[in-house]
Parts: sequence; C-alpha cells; structure tokens
Amino acid sequence: MKSFLKALALVLVLMIGITAPGFAGDTIKLGSGGVISGDLAPYGISAVRGVEIAIEDINAKGGILGKKIELLVGDDVCKPEVAVNMATKLVSDGAQMIVGHVCSGATIAANKIYKDAGLIIVSPASTNDDLTLKGEHPNFFRTISYDGAQAALMTSYVKNDLKVKTVALIHDKGDYGKGQMELARKLFEKLGGVEVVLFEGVTTGAVDYSAIVQKIKRSKAQLTMWGGYHSDASKIVGMIKKKKVNTIFFGADGIIGDNFVQLAGKYSDGVYATGPNDTSNNPLYKEISAKHQKKYGEAPGTFFHNGYACVQALAAAAEKAGSLDYDKMRAAMFEIQVDSPLGPIGFDKNGDVIGAGFSVYQVQNGKYTQVN
Amino acid sequence: MRLFNIILGVAVVGVLGFLGIKEIIADPVYFLELFLGGLTRGSIYALIALGYTMVYGIIQLINFAHGEIYMIGAMTALIVASVLGLWGWNSAVIVILAFVFAIVYSCAYGFTVEKIAYKPLRTAPRLSALISAIGMSLFLQNYVMLAQTSEYMPFESLIPDFEFWEPFSHIITSVEMTIIVTTIIVMILLGILIKFTKIGKAMRATAQDKIMASLVGINVNRVISTTFVVGSATAAIGGVLIACHVGQINFMIGFMAGLKAFIAAVLGGIGSIPGAVLGSLVLGISESLFTGYFWSEYEDVFAFTILVIILIFRPSGILGRDTTSKV
Repeated sequence: MKSFLKALALVLVLMIGITAPGFAGDTIKLGSGGVISGDLAPYGISAVRGVEIAIEDINAKGGILGKKIELLVGDDVCKPEVAVNMATKLVSDGAQMIVGHVCSGATIAANKIYKDAGLIIVSPASTNDDLTLKGEHPNFFRTISYDGAQAALMTSYVKNDLKVKTVALIHDKGDYGKGQMELARKLFEKLGGVEVVLFEGVTTGAVDYSAIVQKIKRSKAQLTMWGGYHSDASKIVGMIKKKKVNTIFFGADGIIGDNFVQLAGKYSDGVYATGPNDTSNNPLYKEISAKHQKKYGEAPGTFFHNGYACVQALAAAAEKAGSLDYDKMRAAMFEIQVDSPLGPIGFDKNGDVIGAGFSVYQVQNGKYTQVN
Repeated sequence: MRLFNIILGVAVVGVLGFLGIKEIIADPVYFLELFLGGLTRGSIYALIALGYTMVYGIIQLINFAHGEIYMIGAMTALIVASVLGLWGWNSAVIVILAFVFAIVYSCAYGFTVEKIAYKPLRTAPRLSALISAIGMSLFLQNYVMLAQTSEYMPFESLIPDFEFWEPFSHIITSVEMTIIVTTIIVMILLGILIKFTKIGKAMRATAQDKIMASLVGINVNRVISTTFVVGSATAAIGGVLIACHVGQINFMIGFMAGLKAFIAAVLGGIGSIPGAVLGSLVLGISESLFTGYFWSEYEDVFAFTILVIILIFRPSGILGRDTTSKV
C-alpha cells in the first residue's frame, strides 16, 4: 500500500510537470530570440525593443484574436549552439509565434526547433540566402531583404558608380560574412570588368590585423569589401588608414549604424556600406521612433523598425487566418499586406519581404548618409 | 633522439628558408612590413606572457586570470583617460596618469586574486589551484561586464602619431614602435630585477625550493605576492598599449590575448623569462608571415600546430629546463 501511494504521488508530481505548459491561458505568447548580450548586443536589443513597442501598440488596440500578447525573450549570444537551447526553452515555455533571430547562423540552427514545433518565425535581421532560397525553412519569413539582393546592389555600385577595377574580399569566416563575400565573388565574375585580387577570411577578435592589411596593400586592390560585423571592421579600417593603404572600404548592413562610426572614430570617414532603405519620412516610422526615444531615452538602433514590422506581420496573419494553426497562418502570411514603418510590405513565395530593399550609404562627417 | 631532433629542425628550417628566400628577394619591403608587424604582435604577446611565466616559475601555477588583469588595466586606463579628458587636462599628463592608475589597479587586483584564490590552496593538489584560476578568470570577466558594459568601447590612442616618424608610418606606426620599444625596456628592467636585486635573488631561491628558501629566512609569501604584483604591472602596461593599438576594448579582450600569450609562454619554455619573450616573438612573427604568404583563414590553426610540434619534440619548450612538469 505504501509503495502504491508513493507511486501515485510520483505520478501526480510528474503529471503536474506535463500539464502545466499545456494550459494555453488567455494570452498569446510571442517568443523573441536574438543576441542581447555580448559584443553584438546592440543589434539584438534594437530588434527586441521594436517587438516590445509593437506589442504595446497592438495590445492597446485589443491584441490578436481578442487575446493580449505576452512577450518571452531569449538570448542566443549570436551562437548557433546556444540558439538551439534557447529555442527549445521558448517552445517549452509555450511560445506560439516567434520573432528572431538576429545572426543568420543562430537563426538557421534554431529554426530546426521552431519548424518541428510548427511555429511561424519572422526575422528582423537574418539576411542569409539559404534561409529562404533553399526551401528548407518553409515556416521562415523576414522583414529585411536578403544578402543576394544586397550583394547585387553592392557589386553593381562598385562597378558602375565607383568604377573600380580590382577588389579584395575579406570576411570573418561566419555564415553571414563569408556567405556575403562568396555571393559578391560570384556576382563580380558574372558582371565582368572587376577583378577579385584577394579573397581571405580573418579571425574575429584578433589583437592585430596588420598582416592582412599589408596583404591588401600588396594586392593593389582599389576597394576592400568586408563581410562581417562592426567591431572587426573598425579595427581593419583603422589599420588601413594608419598604414596609409589606398583602398576604399565597403561593407554591408553588418557595419551600418552608429556603433561602427563610434568605434572607428575619425577613421570611419569615407567608408561605404549598404543598409536597409531609409524610410524615415514614413509617419509610422516617426511615431514609433518618438515612442522609443520617450521609453529608452535614446534614438532607436539598427533593427528597431524591422522588429516592429515582424510583430505587425504576425498579428495581421493571425487575424486573417482566424487562428494560430500553422497551415492557416502560413497561407495567410503570403496574402497579407502590412502598413509597416518600412512602408507597405508583403512576402513573396520564398518568405522574403516585398517592398523593403537596400540603399548605399557613406560615412560623411561622422554620419551615414545615403549616396545612391 | 637529440641528434634526430636537431637534424629534423634544420631540415624544416632549410626547406622553409629556401622557399622563403625566393619570395623575400622578389619583394623585400613586403617581407619587412610583415616581419615588423609580427614583431609588434610578438611584443604584445610577450608583455602578457611574462606574467604567466613568472608566476609559473615560482609556484608552478598557470594563472588563467592573468588575461583578465590585462583587461582590467586597459579598462582603468580608458576610464581615467576619459574622465581627465573631460576635465580638459594636458594630454601628456593624461598618458602618465592613465598608465599609473592602470598599473596600480592591476597590481591591486593581481595581489588580491592571489590572496583570495591561490594562497588558501597552496598546499592543495595543483589541479585545485588551476580550477580556482579558471573560476577567477570567469568571475573577473563577468564582474567587469556587469560593472561596466558588454559593448565594445572606443579607445582613443593615448600615444600620439609622432611627426618625425611620419615617413615610416606606412611600414610601422608610432604606436607599434612604442610597443616594441616598451617591451624591450620592460624586459631589461625585469632582467635587472631578477638578476641583481635582493628580491630577485629571493625569487630565484623560492623558484628552486620553496621550503629551503623559507628555512634560510626568505619570506616566501612576500616573494609570491611580489611576483604577482610585478606580473600584473607588465600586463597592465601591455593592456594599455594594445588598447591604443587596436582602438577598442570590451570585457572579453583578455581571453584570446591571454590564450595566445599562454601558448607563447609554453612555446618558449614556461617558467623561463627569456623563453617567454622568445616564444612570443616566434609566435607573432610566424603568424604574421603565415598570413602574409599563405592564408589568414588558417592563422590560428598554424599557431596551434607550431605549439604541438614544439611540444612533441621539446616538451619543455624552446628554452625550458629539462624537467618533467605537469599541467
């Protein structure tokens, strides 16, 4: 009898563990994954703040399907292995839709979990081509244009506007940076007229980049294209200027934003980078930027508006589908048209955003200014 | 076995040298640039490696928290320099005060870390002290992250671009030159300290035999504390100089730099001061040349390959004493 009671007690205890997450409750849980600590934290934090403010706005209007949205935040430190654990935790905490992640490598790793759990994910910042073009991530959407589109803009601008004949392609060996430089190499070969004289990866966080800078100098590249993030980029730019190497520095959205300009200081002047279109005249853009300023006491970061648009898209799809069922939600994602801070956006058959593209910027007097 | 090693060494150097000479003759300036770049990098490693090797020489402990002491030095300098900069002080005064504060703070941290984390474990098995060192390293990293910030912060170079050096700055910048010169001065001072002063003599005695040293009246605890303080001071100097060179710092900079310096110390023969410097220079220069003539993708792979090869053929490092040692 005693052992029966013990067994019963054990079963009861275990059952509590099983049933607890099952109660859906009267809120809709939205999981947000991304990097919010470590050296890439500014990117992730900007996106999460967009998500927070979007949820406040939507909840103020009554939420989705009559339910309020509840936010669950996870930190993947931009590492794929951490991202998987983090995604598992979000799913087991009962997340019903996902905004994230930021770093492409982390998104690719984490999406295995979300796909198995049948969740729609919208990323504000992951631009790797494979996410949408390979067809392996049917549940994935994004509110930022993809690397292919960005690389096409970079290469054509370099060839037609800067009229450069030789380029060096340097990357940080990561999914995002290396992927982008490989695309650029292919596109330069296709375009013709621009010779890739150097293609190299460097170790992130190294104490010294003088050897690679000497190598760039020796290759006589008129332009150095960088695939990677702002902290390494600022070290390399500084070294290029200090060693008086005559080459234009050209990066992508990994170095767009004030962080890069602050770190590189006076050496950042004249650096080119592609980044999301400037939509700062959009009324919603202005409205939510003001809210950010009021709530956090500073101007919004790089992916703030994209993060806001992610939540808008998920909310619109859920309303259209009338439920959170995966198939219905997914079908609705392709049909919706959202008035986002990035302008009116929709999604194409791959899950890529329609209506938000890239522009070319240059640092002039300590500020990124649009040049194309 | 010894003869075999020498023959193998000569053969490897010969083949590389033969391949290298052709490249060097084709473009000597490029080689010089890479070599000097490597020398700077090696000097950077050396300033950190000295602390590792001194502590190891005396208490046979790999002080993994040493990289963090270096980071704290750089952080302190940044804080002092920005505050004094705001007050509009003269830049020469700022440089001196930043260095002084960085050294004092780092020494205080080095001293305290030893008292808290290593002294109670002095009679414990060596593995316990090693784990304690790793714990201290993680603690200091996270402490600085929470107390300061997790983001990279710009570090304005404290060392000006000397005008007389402008014509050569495309080969080696004034900061790089300062790093090399400082390393040489620090090495010479350390050499004098250990060879000719009373405390240096006590250090050597303690390194040889702790119990015997205490029997002849040497205060072993004081000698060990002094070693930590001196090691921390060199790390602080390194921290400030490297931050000037790189132009940015965050709480994680001590990790990779510390790891590379540790490799350099082992490469040169841990416990030996000339060994640490030689190991650092070998590592720095070969990394730089490897990046320049081969592929930078494999720079770290190459650094670790050198370490493995040296450890197979000379387990005690290039200048290490031939004793069996355990890590």
